[in-house]
Amino acid sequence: MRNPFQGMNAMIYKEVIHIRQDSAAIFFALFIPIVQMTILGFGIDTNIRQIKTVIFDDNQKKESREFIDRLRNSDTYRIVKYVYSDHEMNEAIIGAEARVGIKIPWDYSDRLLKGETAQVMVLIDGSDSSVAGQAINVSAAIGLEESLKRVLAVGQTLPVEIRPKVLFNPDSRSPNFFLPGLMAVLLLSVTTFLTAFAIVREKEKGTLEQLFVTPVKPMGLLLGKILPYLGIGFTELCIILVALVTIFKVPIHGSVILLLVLSIPYLFVSLSFGTLISTKARSQAEAMQMAFLTFLPSIFFSGYIFPRETMPLPFYIISMFVPATYFINITRGIILRGAGLRHLWFDAFMLVIMGSLLFFAAARRFQKKVVAT
Amino acid sequence: MTDIAIRTENLTRRFGDFTAVSDVNIQVQHGEVFGFLGPNGSGKTTVIKLLTGLLPLSGGDAWVDGIDVRKDPEEVREHIGYMSQKFSLYDDLTVLENLTFYGRIYGLCPEKLRSRIDDIVSQNVLGPYVNRQAGKLSGGWKQRLALGCAMLHEPKIMFLDEPTAGIDPVARRQLWDLLFDLSGKGITFFVTTHYMDEAERCSHVAYIYFSKLIADGTPAQLEAMPDVNPVGTRRLEIRTTQVTRGLRLVRKFQGVHYATVFGQSVHALVDGSFDQEGLAKLLKQEGIDITEVRPLTASLEDVFVELTYRRQAEMEGKHA
Repeated sequence: MRNPFQGMNAMIYKEVIHIRQDSAAIFFALFIPIVQMTILGFGIDTNIRQIKTVIFDDNQKKESREFIDRLRNSDTYRIVKYVYSDHEMNEAIIGAEARVGIKIPWDYSDRLLKGETAQVMVLIDGSDSSVAGQAINVSAAIGLEESLKRVLAVGQTLPVEIRPKVLFNPDSRSPNFFLPGLMAVLLLSVTTFLTAFAIVREKEKGTLEQLFVTPVKPMGLLLGKILPYLGIGFTELCIILVALVTIFKVPIHGSVILLLVLSIPYLFVSLSFGTLISTKARSQAEAMQMAFLTFLPSIFFSGYIFPRETMPLPFYIISMFVPATYFINITRGIILRGAGLRHLWFDAFMLVIMGSLLFFAAARRFQKKVVAT
Repeated sequence: MTDIAIRTENLTRRFGDFTAVSDVNIQVQHGEVFGFLGPNGSGKTTVIKLLTGLLPLSGGDAWVDGIDVRKDPEEVREHIGYMSQKFSLYDDLTVLENLTFYGRIYGLCPEKLRSRIDDIVSQNVLGPYVNRQAGKLSGGWKQRLALGCAMLHEPKIMFLDEPTAGIDPVARRQLWDLLFDLSGKGITFFVTTHYMDEAERCSHVAYIYFSKLIADGTPAQLEAMPDVNPVGTRRLEIRTTQVTRGLRLVRKFQGVHYATVFGQSVHALVDGSFDQEGLAKLLKQEGIDITEVRPLTASLEDVFVELTYRRQAEMEGKHA
């Protein structure tokens, strides 16, 4: 009876030496993610504030100045310039000096005093839809508030008041939202790339063919290749988690152990992807391109950047086949909402299914290669 | 265990319509250094892949160390060592780490592994380099390490596919000395090569051309083949300082079958009617400065060139 995993220990021994020797790979695996996290964690704030604004106050009265003060105090607008004609206002927006132009007409205060409807024109640069949306919402809110103040008698209160309370991320901090998603994308990319490279490199050098004439078994070869990179992926996950809590101050509300356990099927998915790529690719450059092909859907369809709920149906369906979708549900669930296995069992189940299917597909293709060479 | 290390019967391999190996019959005895020759693309590597269980047979049978290759290719792999054409070591691993890796791949237990590594290091004289990275070894040392890696599991039969391609003459000779040393200890070597001096050293050579085995025997037997030395012809060596002009003239003479240059001489296969003096006289009349004309026996190179020409002529005849 032959050992179906023969050669696995030898492969692990060798891969560990490779990894130790190849400091570039270690750098790639462990340092780059921290850089990416820093950029996204500190550099990107999706809360829109301080939109550059030009004002054309054609009224120049107490009422119009009150309105401008309101805008200034909203934190949404930052007044960069005052202009004195429609033309100048248009130019400022076209020249990207400002995103928003607000024109208060000459009869603003007169109409208010006569009890007529006064109009304020808000010109918005629609080239960035989220900025435009925020500008519209805030300007409408300011207008409404201004109107209510004038309609209500002194001392009267609002009949209905909305009191929103944001759960789990009370300050709406962007890092809290982005970093758990980024974690999934980083783990995927690093492990997929490393495994694909590790195997393709042996193909290029001809050592793989050499291994096939030894009694090493396909399973031994494959697992021996994959397990060291599972180790790297796992180490990376731990580093990311530590950085998350200490550097980026994102609190983990749920169980860290559960997160670590559920990352294993996800890592198997990406390692198997890497192996599948390596059975196709003939050179490291080709492997790189193929890895990017798997990488992009994970960024765009997983809900990492764009919410899945607003995706058109075809994209939503694609997102169901992207493993990162489920892992992002898990990381956000555990880190932000303190979710447990009873909330996340479906995502975990999907990852286990995908991980096993991909692993066996990779093993089969690998085995065929072994026999066919 | 049989007396015969490698035996094939009508070994055949087809890739679609193309027959890469056709009805090859080989017998290699234990302890032989078997030189397997042939032009590029003639099927040498395919035969090795068939015998090592890397490719399934399309027809015929093969036994390696008495094991049926068709039935149990995996068992074959445990009894043989194989150094492929592009055998690569792991450049970033040291000599010792490379050996340890291959030893573990073959499932040697730690004590066995240690003693085998010691054996290989002393036998292949790798001592001074054990802690050097394989990528930093020169070509000859790399080949010795590669050979060592392929022999850790004490195979009785070794397949070496062009082991000396691209290494310098000194390293080449040292590697062959090592092979003979090992063959003296009962190890059988199945070696492919393009170097005729290497072929001359083998105890047994075979020549494959366009998928078919066309010669098989000791170098002496091949050199005496009637196909190579047709009745009524003789081989002459013409020593001259003007080889290029000499060659051109000799080729024009009636009754010269074939002529080629070797250093400061022209080798020619001529009709028996030519004798040494006659040829010398003819050339001198043309103003060629002849040092000596003397009879020559066929070399292995002559054998293969002659056999190749004959086959080509036959094949062209068939197509015509």
